[in-house]
Amino acid sequence: MSYFAKSLAAGFVVASIAAAPVLAAGTHPTTGEALADDQTFTYRVLDEHSSVDPQIVEDVSGSDIVRDLFEGLMNQDADGNLVPGVATGFTTNDAKNVYTFTLRDNAKWSDGKPVTAGDFVYAWQRLANPETASPYSWFAEIMSIEGVGPVLAGEADPSTLGVTALDDHTLEVRLTASLPYFALMTTHSSTFPSPQWTIEEHGGDWTKPENIVSNGAYVLTEHIPNERSVRERNPMYWNNDATIIEKTVALVINDENTALTRFLAGELDRTEVPAGQYPRLKAEYPDNAISFPRLCSYYYTFNLSDSGPEAFQDVRVRQALSYAIDRNVVTDQVLQGGQFAAYTFTPGATAGFEVPDVPYASMTQAERDAKAVELLAEAGYGADNPLSFNMLYNTSEGHKKIAIAMSQMWKQKLGVTVELANMEWKTFLEVRGQQDFDLARGAWCGDYNEASTFLDLVTSGSGYNDGKFSNAEVDALMASAKTMSDATANYTRVEQIMADEMPVIPVYHYTNVYMMSDSISNWPVQNVEQNWYSRELYKAAE
Amino acid sequence: MLNYVIKRIAIAIPTMLILIIISFLLMHSAPGGPFTSERPLPPQVLANIEAKYGLDQPLWRQMVNYVWGVTTEFDFGPSFKYKDRTVNEIIGQGFPITLKYGFWSFVFAIGIGIPLGAIAAIRQNTWIDYLAVGVSIGAQVLPNFVMAPLLVITFTLWLGWLPGGGWSGGSIEYLIMPVIALSTSYMASIARITRSSMLEVLNSNFIRTAKAKGLPSRTILLRHALKPSMLPVISYLGPAFVGLITGSVVIDIYFSTGGMGYFFVNSATNRDYSVMMGITILVGFLTIMFSLVVDLLYAWIDPKIRY
Repeated sequence: MSYFAKSLAAGFVVASIAAAPVLAAGTHPTTGEALADDQTFTYRVLDEHSSVDPQIVEDVSGSDIVRDLFEGLMNQDADGNLVPGVATGFTTNDAKNVYTFTLRDNAKWSDGKPVTAGDFVYAWQRLANPETASPYSWFAEIMSIEGVGPVLAGEADPSTLGVTALDDHTLEVRLTASLPYFALMTTHSSTFPSPQWTIEEHGGDWTKPENIVSNGAYVLTEHIPNERSVRERNPMYWNNDATIIEKTVALVINDENTALTRFLAGELDRTEVPAGQYPRLKAEYPDNAISFPRLCSYYYTFNLSDSGPEAFQDVRVRQALSYAIDRNVVTDQVLQGGQFAAYTFTPGATAGFEVPDVPYASMTQAERDAKAVELLAEAGYGADNPLSFNMLYNTSEGHKKIAIAMSQMWKQKLGVTVELANMEWKTFLEVRGQQDFDLARGAWCGDYNEASTFLDLVTSGSGYNDGKFSNAEVDALMASAKTMSDATANYTRVEQIMADEMPVIPVYHYTNVYMMSDSISNWPVQNVEQNWYSRELYKAAE
Repeated sequence: MLNYVIKRIAIAIPTMLILIIISFLLMHSAPGGPFTSERPLPPQVLANIEAKYGLDQPLWRQMVNYVWGVTTEFDFGPSFKYKDRTVNEIIGQGFPITLKYGFWSFVFAIGIGIPLGAIAAIRQNTWIDYLAVGVSIGAQVLPNFVMAPLLVITFTLWLGWLPGGGWSGGSIEYLIMPVIALSTSYMASIARITRSSMLEVLNSNFIRTAKAKGLPSRTILLRHALKPSMLPVISYLGPAFVGLITGSVVIDIYFSTGGMGYFFVNSATNRDYSVMMGITILVGFLTIMFSLVVDLLYAWIDPKIRY
């Protein structure tokens, strides 16, 4: 049984357990725990979401809301495995380029209309339609749906897209490539269905609480930009009986310290822990302060293009600089939020990825330091020919602390002079994108739970490869990984090449560090993508 | 007088136009754009989005279209960042909020600042004066981004009297902390200006004459001293009022009020051109209007001023 079939089967079991018994109000249907009377989940978001239109939304906080309001073909369970959503399942051909989804017949929109395959066809055409101008229309492209290129370019009608409703409950998708992981992509919010009749009636106003029609477990009932958005249980949702949280409130609180104060005052059920405060909070509130891995990597990238410094073309210099960074100081002294020291680009928490045994990871820091001094001397840099370069990051207290720590390590251990430079976000992106830097900060969060979402970044053709690293073997390995059912060996090899070539300095892998109310149960800490659904949470009685 | 008002309004129109043009050009000259992101969009996708928002056209045409839309239809365009909202909606939602807490801060600042400054001047060099000056200096040097978290810790976490933030239509419990945090530095400035201006007036010849005539001090203060000593205060109040009602980014960040101040600053960092322009125009318009109001108030207070 393949990975997907296995996870699907597991999902069915979970779904059938969840759906079966409906007990008296006040106890959890499966665990039998006593439930709190007030099932309202209130959490903090940093910033106002960009949109709740599934085909328009582009930020994490918006996607969190959209996952509650709408339901796609497939969902993720608490471990990130694929489970049925609107579709009860799917079949695919041997070439894995035609997928046929069977939709459940009891799924309804919040206005009572049935959810049909046509709603998905409409949504996917809408995603690719240039008139929609979706910032995520490229997602249709990486899904390799037949005919997507000409539609995006405005050369073909959206109706030519390779997605067809065979009948109301059967959706066929034709792909231009063999994608074994295609079904996993249907958990992404841009693939969720959208209600054509409502969009046509209200135009751009259709996502307003008074107009919106959605097919998820919740409906949007209130939205005050930059203050709050409220979603409440949707009685039309097919699995409404299994929903426990009645109401989810997202409060926009820009300042994380204020948010923490409001959490401690009992106004919030979840908030982020400000950098450096985790040890104190963990000691004081052991049940509330939690930290768990997140699919993100923090790194510095060398500019290897022609505009970069001559010195960085020498691999020994790159290695020396990477070796001399004591990552444990960054994670344990600066960040203090349980982050993981990184010696590979891909986080160890990534599904199907085994952290390869790269040589410098197993050395002690003293060994690495000694090696770094040796490598830099070999490259011809030392007291008489000191190495100096600038180090660019976007303006932020946290990045500044890390940059200071790193530059100090280089100064003390290697005698390297580093000039720190910070820039406002958009300027930083522009400058980094034009290779107008020596060494620049970067961070990457996986789009999906698979190593290629990280490793594609260092291929020559990647639009995100700001350091312009180019290695033919990496390109070939990543290209062939696309169609393999198990590409672990390729990913391991790419990480080994990266450890040798050191195009970037991996610094640490992120964690989610939260203060979480102890009454909130079932938070999916195992789901590294943090695709969470309010309908799976519940508040236990105190 | 009427002629003067008409003339001032006539000057305001080209002033607004220049403001629009300069802000438009400055904003577009900032590096990056509304759709610059950590994950650069594929060229085709970016082209589709830019076409939708008219950013594919030459800059002069974008500007002409923008000014045309604003002047003929009062349409400030869609937000580039908050795609469910237009600029008119963002201002329509945020401005009443800042107007409310800004207005009450103004009332609070005047209500305490002027009496405090006046008492300090009348009782110069007594403990009352020292106390009043001490209080106003304290309020002045305590920035609102320090005061706001202190207020939240005190009233929300320790005492549990007030909600730590939010707006809920601006009911009083949500209003108290923002108003205190916002008004104190204004209050302090008003008190200091009132004190120094009042001292100057109290030492002037006509007050000495009034005293020599044997007028009771109450009459001297209220009838002869207060009005002229208000002139510098009023010239301060005009811009201060506009500053207060167009919002404070600090207040919006610390109290999550959803006001316009945060949108203003945020739109600049997001390169959300249309929101930024909309708020700039509103703030510019209010500034021009209130400086006119201040000038008219001058004429009313000081009979020597004639237009």
